[in-house]
Amino acid sequence: MTKEHSKSVETTPSSVGDDAEQLVRDNIGWMLLLADRLLRDRALAEDAVQAAFMAAFRGLANFEGRSSLKTWLHRITVNAALDILRQVKRRAEQPIDEHLPEFDSYECRIEAPWAHMASVDEILESEDLHDRVHKAIGELPDGYRNVLQLRDVEGYNTSEVAELLGISETNVKVRLHRARAVLKKLLEPILRREVQP
Amino acid sequence: MTLFSTTGVRRWLKGMMLKHMHRMITCREFEEFVLRYLEGELSDRQRSVFEWHLRLCRECREYLAAYKRTLEITTAVMAPPNAPVLDEVPEDLIKAILEARKH
Repeated sequence: MTKEHSKSVETTPSSVGDDAEQLVRDNIGWMLLLADRLLRDRALAEDAVQAAFMAAFRGLANFEGRSSLKTWLHRITVNAALDILRQVKRRAEQPIDEHLPEFDSYECRIEAPWAHMASVDEILESEDLHDRVHKAIGELPDGYRNVLQLRDVEGYNTSEVAELLGISETNVKVRLHRARAVLKKLLEPILRREVQP
Repeated sequence: MTLFSTTGVRRWLKGMMLKHMHRMITCREFEEFVLRYLEGELSDRQRSVFEWHLRLCRECREYLAAYKRTLEITTAVMAPPNAPVLDEVPEDLIKAILEARKH
């Protein structure tokens, strides 16, 4: 894990003591947002966070402090959210094939010329474009979106994502590349400025 | 009416060149290497072939630029501090969690 959660709150079980309420209050905010990013449903995210705290209370005595408490809770929350995702019957997902890169019969890529490519700042400055990016990510099928979020957003490495999702590292890489390629296609109207903020 | 449009002939020529030129890969083969290129997992020889294709192919060059921009945007939009924040402390949920802990 390489991002913000690996270097944050360095609370240990001894400093937490039996103050369960403080533990919940200190961490519920970011845990809820994390679960919501994975589940995209506030009610399910609340279920995941509740399950995560139950697992944390059970496991706290055995927490060895090899990682920070936040890193440990992060993983527990991801696991709880993924468990819920596996149980929930999702609406039929759209096939992604039509958004994958296209090639002609000579194996040459079909890619219209790019006259303009929006910068990250242009997107961040517009609330509307920001929301459209969120929506596009939401359009990815769960199996692809989860890999993209765990690798590119939450900061887990390939082998950690493989372990969390119970799939091979090769499969993680295939799904990650496809998720990014499909998202690129979905974001094209924004990137090409065909959609004005 | 001609047999091939100018664009068609150009694409055919490009396809033939990429397929048969020494140390060259087709765009479809290039696609297979994208992730490993970005992860720094290609051997020196593979990277040099990949980058040689990149120099010659406008489509793959622009595709890769847009792919990388998509990745930057995803990370920037989804990761804190740009991600949404909680409007208020979920007191009901805190209460439910602490209640459930007692059982």
